[in-house]
Amino acid sequence: MGEPATKTPLSLEELDAATGLRTGRTHVLSILVENRPGVLTRIAGLFARRGFNIETLTVGPTADDRFSRVTLTVDGALHPIDQVTKQLHKLVNVLKIRDLEPAGTVTRELALFKVSAEGAARSEVLEFAQIFRGHVVDSTKRSVTVEVTGAAEKIAAFERLVRPYGLIEMMRTGEIAMSRGRSET
Amino acid sequence: MRAVDAVMECLKAEGVDVVFGLPGGANLPTYDAFYDAGIRHVLVRHEAGGGHAAEGYAKATGKVGVAFATSGPGATNLVTPIADAMMDSVPVVFITGQVRTELLGTDGFQEADTMGITMPIVKHSFMIQHPTEIPRAIHEAFHVARTGRPGPVLVDIPQDLSRGEIEYEPAGEISLPGYQPTVEGNQKQIRQAAKALAAARRPVIYAGGGVVNANASAALFDLATAERFPVTCTLMGLGAFPGSHPQWLGMLGMHGTRTANYAMDGADLICAVGARFDDRVTGKLAEFAPAAKFIHIDVDPAEISKNVPAHIPIVGDAGNVLRRLVAEYRALDTDPARLEEWWQRLERWRAEHPLRYDDSADSEIKPQFMVQALHQATEGKAIIVSDVGQHQMWTAQYYAFERPRQWINSGGLGTMGFGLPAAMGAKIGCPDDVVCVIAGDGSIQMNAQELATCAQEEIPVKVFIMNNGYLGMVRQWQQLFWDQRYSHVDMGRFPDFVKLAEAYGATGVRLTDKHTLVEDMRAAIDTPGTVVVDVRVTREENTYPMIAPGAAARDMVG
Repeated sequence: MGEPATKTPLSLEELDAATGLRTGRTHVLSILVENRPGVLTRIAGLFARRGFNIETLTVGPTADDRFSRVTLTVDGALHPIDQVTKQLHKLVNVLKIRDLEPAGTVTRELALFKVSAEGAARSEVLEFAQIFRGHVVDSTKRSVTVEVTGAAEKIAAFERLVRPYGLIEMMRTGEIAMSRGRSET
Repeated sequence: MRAVDAVMECLKAEGVDVVFGLPGGANLPTYDAFYDAGIRHVLVRHEAGGGHAAEGYAKATGKVGVAFATSGPGATNLVTPIADAMMDSVPVVFITGQVRTELLGTDGFQEADTMGITMPIVKHSFMIQHPTEIPRAIHEAFHVARTGRPGPVLVDIPQDLSRGEIEYEPAGEISLPGYQPTVEGNQKQIRQAAKALAAARRPVIYAGGGVVNANASAALFDLATAERFPVTCTLMGLGAFPGSHPQWLGMLGMHGTRTANYAMDGADLICAVGARFDDRVTGKLAEFAPAAKFIHIDVDPAEISKNVPAHIPIVGDAGNVLRRLVAEYRALDTDPARLEEWWQRLERWRAEHPLRYDDSADSEIKPQFMVQALHQATEGKAIIVSDVGQHQMWTAQYYAFERPRQWINSGGLGTMGFGLPAAMGAKIGCPDDVVCVIAGDGSIQMNAQELATCAQEEIPVKVFIMNNGYLGMVRQWQQLFWDQRYSHVDMGRFPDFVKLAEAYGATGVRLTDKHTLVEDMRAAIDTPGTVVVDVRVTREENTYPMIAPGAAARDMVG
C-alpha cells in the first residue's frame, strides 16, 4: 500500500519540495534509434515517467536510413540523468546514447524571429541581424522575419536584443549536437 | 500459409506446450488456427486470469508463458498481468488481436490503443504492420522475454494482417542491434568482490528473485557455504536458499525477521544478488544498512545504484557471476574465524526474536497456525501460490521454502487475484507437484471465475482461503496508522465459498477447528480435482514483525 501511511496531512510546500528536487546543468543527450514507428513515444514516455522535463527535442534522419537521431536537452542533476540513460538503454529500439560534454560538442539550433520593424527601428533590427549573421527571409512594411542559426545561447542573445522592438513571433527548432573530432557521436 | 498458421508454427518452434486465452472478434483468425494446431489451449474465463496463468506457468517452470486475448477489452484486461510480469521480471509473451488496419484510429468497435496503453509496462512490444513481419516478431518476442532480465513482451496483430498469406521459414539466430544483455560479468569486479567478502567481518548475502530467474540457486548455495556467510532473501527470492539451512536468517524487509533486518542494519558488507533494494526492503533509505559497503550483482545495469549506490557493481547473469565469484573466493586465503563474533550476534538475535504469535486457547485457527498446518500437511513440499495481503506475508514467514520456484506470488505489483490463475498455470507446468493456493477471502474473489477453468480443464489445484472476512492488510494499516477507523474493509461472510466451489464444479470444504486442521488439510489435498477450502481464521490478527512505512529496519515493531 502506498505512502504516506499516516494520517498526518502533507503540506503543499513539502509536496513541492519532493517533486522539485532536480535542477542541475542542461544535458544534451544524443540518441541513435532504429527508424521505426513508436520509438519516439517510447523515449518521450520514459522521460515523462521519470519526471523529466524535455526542454528541446529534435528528430531526424541520419546518413544511414535504418536509423534516426534524437537529440534532446534536459535539465537534470547528474544522478537521475544516469538513471534515465540506463533506462533508455533498455529500450530495444535504442542503439546508442551519449550524454554529450559541452566542451567536446558542436551544437546548432535554427530560429525564426518575426519582429515589428518600422521607421528607425527597422534599420536597427536589420543591423542586429547582420551582427548575428542572420538572414532576412521575409519582409513587410511593418515587419521583418530573421533566420538565426547558432548555439542556444546565441539565439537567446538575439532574442533579448530584438524583443524590445516588438517580437511578434519566435520559433526554434531545438538543438542538434555533434561530437567534435573524427569519431562518430 | 496463413499468417496465423505461421504463428502456431512459431509457438511450436519456441517449445510452447500450453497457451492461455480467450477468443474474440479480432483474433478469430488466430483461434481458427488453434482449432487443429495441436497446441494445448486453456480457455480462461477472463483475460486477466489467462495472463496470470501464463505468469504462474513461467514462474513454476522457468519457461516463457503465453497468453492470448482479443482487441479492446480483451487487451485492456491483460494490462494488470502485463504490469505484474514487468514488476516481477516474468517472461511472458502476450499476443493480442487488433482491429483491421483500415479501422485503426477510427474508434472502431473493440478498438483500443493496446501498444500505447501497455508501452510503460512492457519490456518490449511489436505492432505488426505487414503479415510477413509476424513470424520474426513472435520469435523476437520470445527472445526478448526470456533473455537478460526477463519480462513481458506484447505482439499486437491487426485482424486483417493475421489472415495474410505468407511464407514461413523457421527463424535462425535472433540478433537485435539495440538489445545485447550483458551476461558475463567483469572479471576484475568479481575479483574485487571476492576480496571484499574475504575482508568482511559482518557480511550478509541478500538474494532476490533474480537468483530464481537465473536458475542460480546452486551457485548461491556454493557462495554462502564457501564460508559461513549468512543469507537473507527478498519476498521474490524465497526458496533460492533453503529455509531449513542454519545460515538462513529468514526473509528481510517490512515483514521480514528481526534477525535478517538487524543483520542488514549491522552489516559491514552486503552482497546483493538479483535484488533491487525495493522500498519494502530498505525501509527508510537514509538509514538503510548504515555501516555497509555494497556488492551489487544484477543483469540489469539500470538497477545498479538506482536506490543504493553500489561500491562494487557487477552487471551479469547471477549464475555466471556467482560461479566465478565462488572460484575467486576459494582461491583466496581466508580466515573463517573472523565471522565468529558476527554469528554470535546473529544467533543472539535469532534466539531473542524468533517469529512468534499467540496461539488461541480454544479451537480457533490463527492465520499463522494455518500456514504451519499447511506446511505440515504438504510436508513442506508443495508449490505454494499466494495471493496478496496478510496471508501472503504469513506464508512467506511461516512456510519454510526449500527450493526455487516453490513459492509463487505477486511481489512488485502486489496484484490481488493473482493466486488462483497463477496456480492453474503452475499446475499445468508442474503436473507432478502438489500445487496449493493460499488466498485471502478478498483476493480470491478477484479471479474466482477461474474455478470454472480449473473444473473444466481438470486442473487439480487446492485452494486454501484464509478467511477473516476483512481486507486484512488494509484493516491492519487502518488500525495501526489511521486510528482504527475501519473504512470499507469488512467483507462480511460473503460469499459462501463452499457453495461457490460446488457451483463451479469443484469440491468445497469449510474448516474451523485447529485441532483437526492438519489432517483435514491432508484430506482436502488427497481429494481428487479442484478443491476449495474455506478456513475460518481469527478475524483481527496483525502481521508482525513490521517495519512501519518510512521507518528504519532497526525500529521494527511487533
